[in-house]
Amino acid sequence: MTVTGTSEVDYRAEALEAGARVRRFGSWYAAEHRLRSMRAFGLTLVLLAFANPLLYLLSLGLGLASLISSDVNGVSYLTFVAPALLASAALTGAAEESTYPVLTGFKFNAVFFSMAASPLAPKQIANAVFVGTAARVVPTVVVYYGILVLFQAVPSPFSALTILSASLVGMVAAALVTWYTATVTEDKGQMAVIMRFIIMPMFLFSGTFFPLAQLPLYLQWIGWISPLWHASELGRVLSYGMAEPAWLTATHVAVLVVLLVIGWVGARRVFHRRLTA
Amino acid sequence: MSALGSLYARNARSVVYRGALASKSSNAVVIISGFFEPIFYLLALGFGLGSLIGTVQTQGGAEVPYAAFIAPALLAVAAMNGAIFDSTWNVFFKIKYAKLYEGMLATTLGPLDVALGEITLALSRGGLYAIGFMIVMQALGLNLAWTALLALPAVLLIAFGFAAIGMAITSYLNTFQQMDWINFVLLPMFLFSATLYPITVYPEPVQWFVQALPLWHGVELVRGLTTGVLSPLMLVHVLYYVVMVVVGLVFTTRRLRVLFLS
Amino acid sequence: MPAPVISARNLRKTYKEFVAVDELSFEVTAGESFGLLGPNGAGKSTTMRMLGAVSERTSGDLQILGLDPNDHGPEIRSRLGVVPQADNLDSELRVRENLLVYGRYFGIPRAVVARRADELLEFAQLADRAKARVDELSGGMKRRLTIARALVNEPRILLLDEPTTGLDPQARHVLWDRLFRLKEQGTTLVLTTHYMDEAEQLCDRLVVVDKGVILAEGSPASLIREYSSREVLELRFGSDRNADAVTALAGIGDRIETLPDRVLIFAADGESALEEVSRRGIESITSLVRRSSLEDVFLRLTGRTLVE
Repeated sequence: MTVTGTSEVDYRAEALEAGARVRRFGSWYAAEHRLRSMRAFGLTLVLLAFANPLLYLLSLGLGLASLISSDVNGVSYLTFVAPALLASAALTGAAEESTYPVLTGFKFNAVFFSMAASPLAPKQIANAVFVGTAARVVPTVVVYYGILVLFQAVPSPFSALTILSASLVGMVAAALVTWYTATVTEDKGQMAVIMRFIIMPMFLFSGTFFPLAQLPLYLQWIGWISPLWHASELGRVLSYGMAEPAWLTATHVAVLVVLLVIGWVGARRVFHRRLTA
Repeated sequence: MSALGSLYARNARSVVYRGALASKSSNAVVIISGFFEPIFYLLALGFGLGSLIGTVQTQGGAEVPYAAFIAPALLAVAAMNGAIFDSTWNVFFKIKYAKLYEGMLATTLGPLDVALGEITLALSRGGLYAIGFMIVMQALGLNLAWTALLALPAVLLIAFGFAAIGMAITSYLNTFQQMDWINFVLLPMFLFSATLYPITVYPEPVQWFVQALPLWHGVELVRGLTTGVLSPLMLVHVLYYVVMVVVGLVFTTRRLRVLFLS
Repeated sequence: MPAPVISARNLRKTYKEFVAVDELSFEVTAGESFGLLGPNGAGKSTTMRMLGAVSERTSGDLQILGLDPNDHGPEIRSRLGVVPQADNLDSELRVRENLLVYGRYFGIPRAVVARRADELLEFAQLADRAKARVDELSGGMKRRLTIARALVNEPRILLLDEPTTGLDPQARHVLWDRLFRLKEQGTTLVLTTHYMDEAEQLCDRLVVVDKGVILAEGSPASLIREYSSREVLELRFGSDRNADAVTALAGIGDRIETLPDRVLIFAADGESALEEVSRRGIESITSLVRRSSLEDVFLRLTGRTLVE
């Protein structure tokens, strides 16, 4: 807490040196905060990671499946629904992590503003939010996949790759929802609206529980624009070798990557705008 | 416990009045979104998934289309979720942060007025959603008998039961993390209580367990009424909820008294 | 004279139509304690955000530690400590954890942060609260923790926006004592305040700002000398009669100001002014002779009081 040299040159050189380190690693420094504040919910998150797949698989994969005697898409109902459940778990977990936790950072305890007063750049703070979300989503997906294996729901030798496709859609949701949440200045229940009007219909109408073709044609567009449908279909290709033209599989990947980049860039911009006003 | 007089000033309506005023400033889209939630489920599962399933046999032995099977269950689940949300998150926030009840109990109002007022508010919202959902059911041809009309009071009773228990539990909780545990109870209840498929798919011991849960009684009560397959067992379902209401109110009142009046 | 650590020239910030800061120019030298005094809405917080390199200026020149914040925000912020107007402590973390986590934003190694956190808790008189939740702290404690947090990177400049607003008198004195120690150790302090007593306690030099412009600049004593008299006589006649009394008081002292609740007479000698009042047979409800303050300077410069 003492001031040594008082010449301008000292201060300048010292600042330049200290700043260089933060410019390089700032996103990770900030991510430490996200991880630490998630720790308070650690037990809940771990239990959810195990309980969610067990509950859904027991009720839908076994209970509900007993009503569906015929194969769906040429496989058992459990096999059909498994990759989609995996992707939706990633999607909803990521979306949750991008609503109130982000709103809290901007509003309830305004911790993003205190971060912005440190050498961290707003874009690095946005990056840290994504790192924090990934730290929740990826382990959730890995646990889910492990339970799917125990239920013998993922027959293909490439099925482990569904961990990637599911995590990818999780991060797409994280990027897009964070982008929106970061623009919210007044909490009027927008978070509930996002969950009920976007995330939930996506979960229900994206070919999760039944092939998209079962929907009337005028509702099928919901699936085409839904990142969850692309991720579920990709997951089905990987987990049981669902037959699909190669261009369509490539489209799934492309849509997810493009949405991820759009959301990420958009969110970083909003963080910059709000934290440097 | 002391005389009812110190707990109840027969003025729950002023709590309702305050809530009605406060709800004016809330976002209409949020309120409307609560109405659409069960309808989305009904359309996606009842019809989308239903096309893979066909018909299902109810507990009462009737063979009904899948959509007609899950619609009453979704109605009961919506009543449960709405009542639990209003009586847990909302009430928790008001106790811990807004200090709303502290202010109310500093007037002539007693804890029972507050509890009844909050529950009335929750029920009126839940009742509106239920009416909306039943109209949709009627339009889709999922009300199979005139007794479906009785589903409306049944739904209110279910909501009352959950709201009373929810408030009682909330008044004992201290942190947001503890609030998360409520979801751990709701999700399995939703998934396993004969909502999406008959419980006959389970081994018998599991069936007994499910039949002990409150939601199963609610689902069976509403399903019996909308499908028109009545049985004396439905009186047991009603009794189950009456007990929930009484137990919930007793504990809530007692706890609010300890929290704010001692 | 050492080179300035902050140099602002024609600094301007506008939000759409609204001009928050209008052509401010000032310099702060190392080790100095510099204040921005003005009422709410004077543009103090906006200025502080520009000095803190978190808000880009609309026009003008700004150099902090010899660097331009537009190009070197992270570099500048790595050597600043910032105490914002509203405490934005992390309520999800404990007291000591707030310091640990904040230190990591600067990339300070964990072991170093841990050692500094303990020193700073000592300094902020919060060592016994290390494991407490932030919500359990009193207003004064939160403020001290925010200051401790701002010191975690051993900053060259400490920016304090309204450091004691909302605190009770005792908590303010504890805080002033802590800030005074920092000043003694040579930390450059830049603070905003709308309390004249705070400016008098802490600032070597200050500028008086109102509506985004600088009205006067100097040390507290020189400002009082220049813009006010040595003493002030305060008279109360009751709210309806203050205005009428002024006519009768005409000619006493150097200058008379009428406020809604009292009349101020500026004079070199307050006692003799009071004698003149009683000689004229003017009866007041209460009378008080006091030393002149920055409040009077502000009143003179703007015709308004600081705290409205």
